[in-house]
Amino acid sequence: MSRTITIDPLTRIEGHARITLHLGPDGQVSDALFHVTQFRGFEKFVEGRPFHEMPSIMARICGICPVSHLVASAKACDELLAVRIPHTAIQLRRLMNIGQIVQSHALNFFHLSSPDLLLGFDSDPATRNIFGVLAKRPDLARDGIRLRQFGQQVIEWLGKERIHPAWIVAGGVSSPLTAAVRDRILAAIPEARQIAHRTMDWFKRSLENYREETRTFGNFPSLFLGLVGPDGELEHYDGRLRFVDATGEKVADGIENADYASVIGEAVEPWSYLKFPYYKPTGYPEGMYRVGPLARLNVCDRIGTPEADAELAEFRELGRGAVLSSFHYHFARLVEVIYGIEMIEQILNDPEILSTHVRAEAGPNARRGIGISEAPRGLLIHDYTIDEQGLMRGANLIIATGHNNLAMSRGILQVARRYVDGNNLKEGMLNRVEAVIRAFDPCLSCSTHAAGKMPMRIELFDADGRKVNEVMRQP
Amino acid sequence: MTPVPIPAGRVKTLKIDGRDVSGYENQTILEIARENNIHIPTLCNLEGLDDIGACRLCLVEIKGLARLLPACVTRVQEGMEVLTDTERLRRHRRMVIELLLSERNHVCAVCVSNGHCELQSLAQTLGVNHVHVPYRYPRMAVDATHGRFGVDHNRCILCTRCVRVCDQIEGAHTWDVAGRGVEAMIISDLKQDWGASATCTSCGKCVQVCPTGALFVKGKAVGEMTKQREFLPYLTLMREGEK
Repeated sequence: MSRTITIDPLTRIEGHARITLHLGPDGQVSDALFHVTQFRGFEKFVEGRPFHEMPSIMARICGICPVSHLVASAKACDELLAVRIPHTAIQLRRLMNIGQIVQSHALNFFHLSSPDLLLGFDSDPATRNIFGVLAKRPDLARDGIRLRQFGQQVIEWLGKERIHPAWIVAGGVSSPLTAAVRDRILAAIPEARQIAHRTMDWFKRSLENYREETRTFGNFPSLFLGLVGPDGELEHYDGRLRFVDATGEKVADGIENADYASVIGEAVEPWSYLKFPYYKPTGYPEGMYRVGPLARLNVCDRIGTPEADAELAEFRELGRGAVLSSFHYHFARLVEVIYGIEMIEQILNDPEILSTHVRAEAGPNARRGIGISEAPRGLLIHDYTIDEQGLMRGANLIIATGHNNLAMSRGILQVARRYVDGNNLKEGMLNRVEAVIRAFDPCLSCSTHAAGKMPMRIELFDADGRKVNEVMRQP
Repeated sequence: MTPVPIPAGRVKTLKIDGRDVSGYENQTILEIARENNIHIPTLCNLEGLDDIGACRLCLVEIKGLARLLPACVTRVQEGMEVLTDTERLRRHRRMVIELLLSERNHVCAVCVSNGHCELQSLAQTLGVNHVHVPYRYPRMAVDATHGRFGVDHNRCILCTRCVRVCDQIEGAHTWDVAGRGVEAMIISDLKQDWGASATCTSCGKCVQVCPTGALFVKGKAVGEMTKQREFLPYLTLMREGEK
């Protein structure tokens, strides 16, 4: 007799999803499906709009990482204008993008994931949240809030708004950086840097406690995809696509924006609104790959800033070849926070950072533009086509969480097989299933270009479709 | 020196919101209210253009009259008692704004005029925080055929400021209104692409007087479309001086 367990809705992730676990006759998990249940339609309703509106419209895909969409969209628009934007504009866009990566990573690590790490996966779900963390380790919770605030303030000071600033535009940015804002950000860096290192040290010390989770949380060979700079360094704004395999060997490198479709295919399954991108040469579904912090650290040759490079050396010790356990997304996220803070300082000390030449003006000079950047959760692709008047004819978006779709399903199956006992269903088992999803830090609103919030339900069905057990939780 | 034209006619005295005010008999309630710093919301009205009383935002109550009258086209009369800010009027004005918002696709957050839009700021000052009628969500196109400007019918409220400025100030009469009722549309020439218009002088006055993001300068990102309207009263004054 086989049964199905449904986890619906998932909690402490961004968006709406449901997990179904199919149990075999022995009560053990035989299959796992990750259903993304929201639908939005951005690619459709932007048709006919002037492309200059795209950065702000596309930013509405997400309230957590609007800046990522601004960046990828504006880069696609730069290609439509067929201009090379001013150096200062690139640096300022980088600055805001990194500010967002810092705040988003802080949000995932402290607000969403630290309750599991600090309080335990089996602890009481009523207190297994940021408030529980606040009660047990107020210093850690405070660090999390302050670090996120730092990233958010970088965004706000640059773009006047924390969420959905309209500052990044086609051709550059809409206003230059002032000396006052530069100095404010510089003044906030020391505290952010201390927090980042303090948290990294704490996490590394406590890694031992999660040996079992590390072994089973989405720990499997896969490809990894990320952008790298001209010298193979970590890159979030520009660069070329690189795939590495589980041994860390490059399987595709130096792929230009325009050629993304030659390596990335998109498959569709009837049980999810989220598409399944795969590495084309290997085919579907074998061409499973991962993106995001873990993938970025696996694909780059080096990071390019001293403090983060020191951490990268330790990160590389975690695996032979590529680091394969999705649990180490957490580690990678913290390394990127350290990198982000170093980069912010570096960019602000660029002698041309206060230049007022921050925007290139032009009409529509190309019919197709592709913008690729790294969002906190991984590679983000905006691909636009316009008519001769500059009105949108089509858009194709591939979002970080989409890239991870196959790997997330695989990770769920692995964790469910290890922890879920269908004959004796406990909440903590299912929390581990959720936690593996959280490690990927998916943003389902983004990935389906859709919206919502996420309470969670886990249902257990027998072979006849009768519900035999249920665990329910509100957000 | 050019003589300053003095409005002809006799002086009338009246009350607006309980205040004793006076004006010439050929002046409107709106003009007198403005002279006395009494604020009446307007949308289709623009100093320098003829008034048409279309938007119905400037409706006022007049004692002894059951119906409401538009202040922009109602001349003052001796002994009139005008109320400009009653609950009935506020309700009416909110309804006007709600109907305008529901008629087409006004998506402020991603509009080029976000933050500089007369419709948006009126909605804010009149306390329109919900629209109580169903949105129509019509499928409307953007005409971006003109070299410098674009017209986005999604944001158009049919105030006809563009039609009037093009006709009365520029003298080109490129713009006009076609269709009736909810089908009414602003058109250029004989419903041709704006870029193909033989009459348009590309002066851009229509863009500057448009209260929303319906007419815009191409290449503007969201929130960047600010309009300059100060030129209109000067132009009108200079034209009058030439007569």
